[in-house]
Amino acid sequence: MSQHNRVTLDGNEAAAHVAYLTNEVIAIYPITPSSPMGEWADEWASLGIPNLWGTVPEVIEMQSEGGAAGAIHGALQGGSLATTFTASQGLLLMIPNMYKIAGELTSTVFHVSARSLAAQALSIFGDHSDVMACRSTGFAMLCSGSVQEVMDFALIAQAATLESRVPFLHFFDGFRTSHEVNTIERVSEEIIRALINEERIHEHRARALSPDRPKLRGTAQNPDVYFQGRETVNPYYAAAPAIVQSLMDRFGELTGRRYRLFDYVGAPDAERVIVLMGSGTGAAEETVEHLNARGEKVGLIKVRLFRPFAPSALIAALPRTASRIAVLDRTKEPGSDGEPLYKDVTTALARAFSDGQIAQLPRISGGRYGLGSKEFTPAMVKAVFDELKQPQPKHPLTVGIIDDVMHTSLAWDPDFKVDALKDVTACVFYGLGSDGTVSANKNSIKIIAEETGSYGQGYFEYDSKKAGAITVSHLRFGSKPIRSTYLIGDHEADFVACHQPVFVKRYDMLDKAKPGGVFLLNSPTPHDRVWDDLPARMQRILIDKGLRFYVIDAYGIAAAAGMGRRINTIMQTCFFAISGVLPRDEAIARIKQAVEKTYGKKGRALVERNFRAIDAALAGLHEVRVPDQVTSTFDRPPVVPEDAPEFVKQVTAVLLAGQGDRLPVSLMPKDGTWPTGTARFEKRQLALQLPLWDPELCSQCGKCPLVCPHAAIRSKIYPAGLLADAPPGFKHTPIKGKDFPVGYHISYQVAPDDCTGCGLCAEVCPIRDRTNPAHKALDMVPAAGLQTAERPCWEFFLRLPDYDRRQLDPTKIKHAMLMQPLFEFSGACVGCGETPYIRLATQLFGDRMIIANATGCSSIYGGNLPTTPYTFNAEGRGPSWNNSLFEDNAEFGLGIRLALDQQHAQACELVRRLAAQIGEDLAEALLNADQGTEAGIYEQRERVTALKERLRSLDSKEARALTELAESLVRRSVWIIGGDGWAYDIGYGGLDHVLASGRDVNLLVLDTEVYSNTGGQRSKATPLGAVAKFAAGGKPTFKKDLAMMAMAYENVYVAQVAFGAKDIQTVRAFLEAESYAGPSLIIAYAPCIAHGVDLANNLRQQDLAVNSGHWPLLRYDPRRITSGENPLLIDSKAPSIPYRDFANTETRFSMLAQTHPDAAERFLKLAQKHVETRFGLYEQLAHLAVQKGAVPGR
Amino acid sequence: MNLKTSYLGLKLKNPLVPSASPLARSLSTARELEDNGAAAIIMYSLFEEAINAETESLARFLHHQETGFAESAEGFLPDHHDFENGLERYLEQLRRLKESLDIPVIASLNGVSVSGWIKHARELEQAGADAIELNVYYIAADLNQSGPEVEQRYLDLLKALRSQIQIPINMKLSSSFSSLGHFIKRLAEAGADGVSLFNRFYQPDIQIDSLRLHARLQPSTSADALLRMRWIALLYGRIPNLSLGATGGIHTAEDAIKLLLAGADVVHLCSVLLQRGPAYLSLILRGIKDWMEEQGFESIDDFRGRVSALSIPNPAEFERTNYIRVLDSYSPAPGVMI
Repeated sequence: MSQHNRVTLDGNEAAAHVAYLTNEVIAIYPITPSSPMGEWADEWASLGIPNLWGTVPEVIEMQSEGGAAGAIHGALQGGSLATTFTASQGLLLMIPNMYKIAGELTSTVFHVSARSLAAQALSIFGDHSDVMACRSTGFAMLCSGSVQEVMDFALIAQAATLESRVPFLHFFDGFRTSHEVNTIERVSEEIIRALINEERIHEHRARALSPDRPKLRGTAQNPDVYFQGRETVNPYYAAAPAIVQSLMDRFGELTGRRYRLFDYVGAPDAERVIVLMGSGTGAAEETVEHLNARGEKVGLIKVRLFRPFAPSALIAALPRTASRIAVLDRTKEPGSDGEPLYKDVTTALARAFSDGQIAQLPRISGGRYGLGSKEFTPAMVKAVFDELKQPQPKHPLTVGIIDDVMHTSLAWDPDFKVDALKDVTACVFYGLGSDGTVSANKNSIKIIAEETGSYGQGYFEYDSKKAGAITVSHLRFGSKPIRSTYLIGDHEADFVACHQPVFVKRYDMLDKAKPGGVFLLNSPTPHDRVWDDLPARMQRILIDKGLRFYVIDAYGIAAAAGMGRRINTIMQTCFFAISGVLPRDEAIARIKQAVEKTYGKKGRALVERNFRAIDAALAGLHEVRVPDQVTSTFDRPPVVPEDAPEFVKQVTAVLLAGQGDRLPVSLMPKDGTWPTGTARFEKRQLALQLPLWDPELCSQCGKCPLVCPHAAIRSKIYPAGLLADAPPGFKHTPIKGKDFPVGYHISYQVAPDDCTGCGLCAEVCPIRDRTNPAHKALDMVPAAGLQTAERPCWEFFLRLPDYDRRQLDPTKIKHAMLMQPLFEFSGACVGCGETPYIRLATQLFGDRMIIANATGCSSIYGGNLPTTPYTFNAEGRGPSWNNSLFEDNAEFGLGIRLALDQQHAQACELVRRLAAQIGEDLAEALLNADQGTEAGIYEQRERVTALKERLRSLDSKEARALTELAESLVRRSVWIIGGDGWAYDIGYGGLDHVLASGRDVNLLVLDTEVYSNTGGQRSKATPLGAVAKFAAGGKPTFKKDLAMMAMAYENVYVAQVAFGAKDIQTVRAFLEAESYAGPSLIIAYAPCIAHGVDLANNLRQQDLAVNSGHWPLLRYDPRRITSGENPLLIDSKAPSIPYRDFANTETRFSMLAQTHPDAAERFLKLAQKHVETRFGLYEQLAHLAVQKGAVPGR
Repeated sequence: MNLKTSYLGLKLKNPLVPSASPLARSLSTARELEDNGAAAIIMYSLFEEAINAETESLARFLHHQETGFAESAEGFLPDHHDFENGLERYLEQLRRLKESLDIPVIASLNGVSVSGWIKHARELEQAGADAIELNVYYIAADLNQSGPEVEQRYLDLLKALRSQIQIPINMKLSSSFSSLGHFIKRLAEAGADGVSLFNRFYQPDIQIDSLRLHARLQPSTSADALLRMRWIALLYGRIPNLSLGATGGIHTAEDAIKLLLAGADVVHLCSVLLQRGPAYLSLILRGIKDWMEEQGFESIDDFRGRVSALSIPNPAEFERTNYIRVLDSYSPAPGVMI
């Protein structure tokens, strides 16, 4: 490999590099893990980087993958070279167009980072379920198993589609390959030019639609000819494999990297052979080499071209000696007698046998591995080879899990290590997602690869929580390309770093260390005392493995250097100083170069303080003498308390301990149903500061629980008599106001282990001590001392009864906040702008709520394992929740409503029929209940209980039917929740239809104005001039006015709210929306970290958004028409601050002034005019005279 | 008719100079201002805090935006390419303005302490600025700080700046000084070539529903011009070689004429241009010309300072008596019985 052409990048960038250079139209839509391919393309286009033919490709984000596929189909018919990037459900949405594109023999490549499909649960991680769903579309399927192959096959696929006219799906494993950073050889423009046949491009263009060459495609064919028409493409598919092989050969001549349709590696006389495709081939190849070096006869077939399937090439690749074959699929086809690759290989062999090409039919086992990025290691590969030695190898088999239900799984030896690991240096880093560990590690790989000529690999394990997310970086370096496509395992790491002091008590990270390795710990404890901080188990490993132990106070050094809590450069410096992978001085010089490159132009101050930190890091690094005795008396505490429910102890606790891989199939819920109320068992202790309440000063306004994103500060009122059992330090004060009985006390209590320390509660607190304005009724104080003291208080608070909901007036904040939140301690970001809305809805309606949740942030913090934040009250009632898909959420919620309405109608009918038996009065009351208030709901529940009691004595079919349906007589609240990506883009068609349906559903749009969950891509809610991914040059169009569009229906309740600007308006909107018997749409402004603003300013940003006119507050209530009033109320004042003053506080806007200053200025002026005009328009609408009348459709 | 005036040693074709505002952010708007008669242009201010804040927010939101969450691990805002910081962009805009305009371009610095940013002035000079306006946005809220200490801060800043550059320096001031005239005299002695009177500060307002503050900028009105008029009138002709600029509240030709009569060398326009657009400048200019024609004035010098404290019979009218007269104006004429 010529070193000058070496680059260190990940699979997504590798694919995007070739795709960008060889295409003219790129239609994209964000979906993990493929989004970065589109982001690269958008970024390069915004910088004006040309493709191979000197033009800048047109990169357009569509409203869905279905839209992207349609646009690609059109671009291809228009004669362009066009491509797209996608994965998972996104790919499924492209299938209809894929049939069309293939049916029309159109050249294109779709690059797919293969990902699981949502079935019993969603998974963002890698397997082949998505691509396998496409195997009948007519697309050729070419599979890459490494980052190098991604770049190579991206080109081979592009050349092959032009040559063969068969469209190609080029895929590689999501995350394992798409996100793995590896040192590879770049495919240069010259090589691309050499492989792409320009003549074929001319032919492609000549086939395009053109009025100069009129033609018609897309006819409707009848029984007489459709079948024949379908058969016309066969010659093209027959020719495709040979075309691919010849291009692979040509590519080999150009680069030295040679590929076959089926690559065989291993003993020429192998007896046992594994067949598989994708990243698993890396682990398998290492195992094959290892076993053959020990005299075994094994081999591996790497499948490259899966469609069109070329049986003859497979048979040719397979050693004739192979008598046992395992075909491993990274997908699942329930109900089939084997997965697709297995069946194709089996069929190929059976045909070859029946045709006499092979003399014996090998024994073939099919198996599954690696679903949802399950680890696939050499030990597992060996387990498969070992199984093939058995007289009756298992079929079907699974490997990587414990299947104690159907007993398909193979056991593997975790201590099995392949020779390949001997030649690499392995390093593991435990960091916080936000502390920069990952970016520093990526930078280190580049430094090492460029400086030493070594090969580097980086893979990063991410968290399922957004607040306080943990990352584990796995880095390998070696003199040969690194193919180890699995995590660094136990006893494999030469270097283990712990970037967060608290992690030593949470993770058994030293299990990974090799004997004689190095352990680096960031800790404020001085080096002569840090030993005492370590749990006994960790001390034991340090001694037993003879590890060298270093400590640095990175936070101290960062603070002194003016870098806040930013420790990545400091820890990177220490890594180079003690790991020995590079000479120390060279490494430090290179880190400084990297700093210079990153910050040089943007700020000398940043460069200088990083330099200071680097120098201080070297001075502050200390080796700790490891004693020969364990002295610690503590170890990790149990994960959940003894009195936790059985399921929590058996399953949740294992997940929380990071041991989920060990859970057997039998312990998994069969249909994806999980208990709620488990987030409370996950004590994350993220807060560095906690709110401290001053009961004397407090005005009891209730604003603090209202703004809390994690429901970690609560209020309760209770008879003072209950305080007898209160623990010392439990704070309370008599309740103020006439709304409550005398002798009642109120407490505002923090959940000390669940609070994330965002400080919004203290920020919103309006009450200052007049003699000491720095002191408020809520102050943020260091958590260290408070956590222990508040813990028993929180426990006591939870035991206090909730106040009778019937006595509360939820239109008042103070009252509403006395209602129990049934959504708590979610994994949302610190300071999240979305979760307060959901928490509020659960307080008001949670005990009768069903939630349909669109995929996105809210489905992740709402439904991502290990725990669930939705919970239940003392009566056992609480929200019931499901996430169908991203695109169908409104329809999904409507379906739930229809079912409930049907059940309700049926129950009413039965009540009428059985009225005589259950009592006319009860029947009458049940049928005509006013359930508009908490009291009404309560009384109806009482009636239902009475009804059930009476039904028990009746023995009839109808009585039994009514017993089943009785609960449906209580009003249910259906909530359809999702983000702007769903509501404005992919789900808009459905949302529109549901609004038009007139049915009683509540749609809550958590509008962050960007696709937050997938990393900040623009949506149609993104404001003019905001920078986002896919809008690197600023969004050039206005935000869609969803409220206005919904109001046009006239029978939809519409509210636009921002709790941080006007909380009471938010609460009223929720109450009105829920009480409205038709469709209600609440569009809720939700500041997000994607805005480039610290969420400590969450409330201020809402205020600025409202005051600048960016986010007018309004309520449109169709019920007002019936009384002759204008249905529209504008709840905010005319813009009172310049739009610029809002925009300049958020990096999403302000960075455009740096990258595209002229455009930024133009957008700001336009936006100013726009907010004024729109407010004027709303005002006019709100003042139109309205004729008293009925609301249609109700 | 000769509208020429001299300001900070620069020869200007007329006395209308748009003051520091976003108008100069766009080249085309700046050209429009020139075409409509602007005699010079003052660029938007380069804020000390803004440069620092920009550096910090870029560090925080572009370089340090990883999340550790798998779907958005790299963060949210695209940052794959390099770009320049605020100072460099300002210098670039200054160069572009110099290239495309014939009128003088005055750079504006806004800061409150002697620190690293003062040295940026030299870069502004090198980039072609014809003069520098120093806008000291300082509220003397420290109860332990005396008036002379506050004044010293300005003088120190001015001296620090003077030591860096050769081009003229204009000081933009607020009216909040106990002895404004004396202070301005000291500024002149310390090297100021001119003063602009007066700065208008953002006034924080209280939101009564959230009990929080929020900053709001109220555009000026003609009424604001009267304070400027008084002080220009008091200072005119009394401090040698010090240019006087009037800024704040000049919305009409009449406002501009009054300030010239009081003694201003130039009048600055801002709110009115933001509200009515750059073309409005030509209307004000036309208004001045029409009035001069009516009055028979041939040049600005013919009438500048004619109603200053030096030129009216009873200068005390600009001082305390003026207050009495305002009250008096509510009284009926002496001959009217109440």
